[in-house]
Amino acid sequence: MTHPQDEDLLLRMRSGEEAAFEELVRTHGGRLLAVARRYLPSEDDARDAVQDAFLSAFKALPAFEGQAKLSTWLHRIAVNAALMKLRTRRRKPEQSIDDLLPGFLEDGHLEKPASEWMPVPLDLVERKEIAEIVRSNIARLPDNHRHVLLLRDIEEFDTEETAEMLEITPNAVKTRLHRARLALRELLEPHLRRSPE
Amino acid sequence: MNCREFVDFLMGYLEDELPDEQTLIFREHMRECPRCETYLDTYRETVRLGKSFCSDPDGPVPADVPEALVEAILVARRAGDH
Repeated sequence: MTHPQDEDLLLRMRSGEEAAFEELVRTHGGRLLAVARRYLPSEDDARDAVQDAFLSAFKALPAFEGQAKLSTWLHRIAVNAALMKLRTRRRKPEQSIDDLLPGFLEDGHLEKPASEWMPVPLDLVERKEIAEIVRSNIARLPDNHRHVLLLRDIEEFDTEETAEMLEITPNAVKTRLHRARLALRELLEPHLRRSPE
Repeated sequence: MNCREFVDFLMGYLEDELPDEQTLIFREHMRECPRCETYLDTYRETVRLGKSFCSDPDGPVPADVPEALVEAILVARRAGDH
């Protein structure tokens, strides 16, 4: 069954109404561009991926049965288009994540014991600063780990879907996700730990 | 279990994938090691922050839907007659 808020727009697109396609692009284009930018550092590539995503969506429209919301369906298509675009780009040598992982002493204790973090502020300006810290540090993760973290924790695909989209095994997804989270935790710690009283 | 093993098993614990016996050992270590308990809290917070600040397919639309992109998509659609 189609979600009620999508029904009218779908009907108009299926009848070929030009304005309906434009409405779809204007309603969802910005959000999909934000998704594509998470994977593709080049703005041109991100825009190309969004264009590819919409063209794929228009093509698949007759088969779309409305099991998911239109926004969810488009989101998935955009992630696939961004990953496809990435595959066409020359791969940089794999970076190692090891330097970002926590270190341990010989007896198994953490080299730098964890500190408590401050609560996320309610103030909008401060929240914006934290958001920027989180986003910029996710961007520092090596690609092969960052993509897994984005797909699993941010886009919320499950392990199997992520494995399929990245053409790796589910076990590799789990290992990379854990290491990506550990590295991101290390990167965030200096910004978020409570100052000593 | 030491702190290194605790960190290794963290995700399995949070996703409820550890066998019962390992879960008990994990919890026992956490009771005895407040630093690891803090580590677990901040690991969990890392995941939460990523989700809340980077994702939201139904969240507010970013302001910048470049006009040139909208136009390019509509022109390509007409050309391909999708």
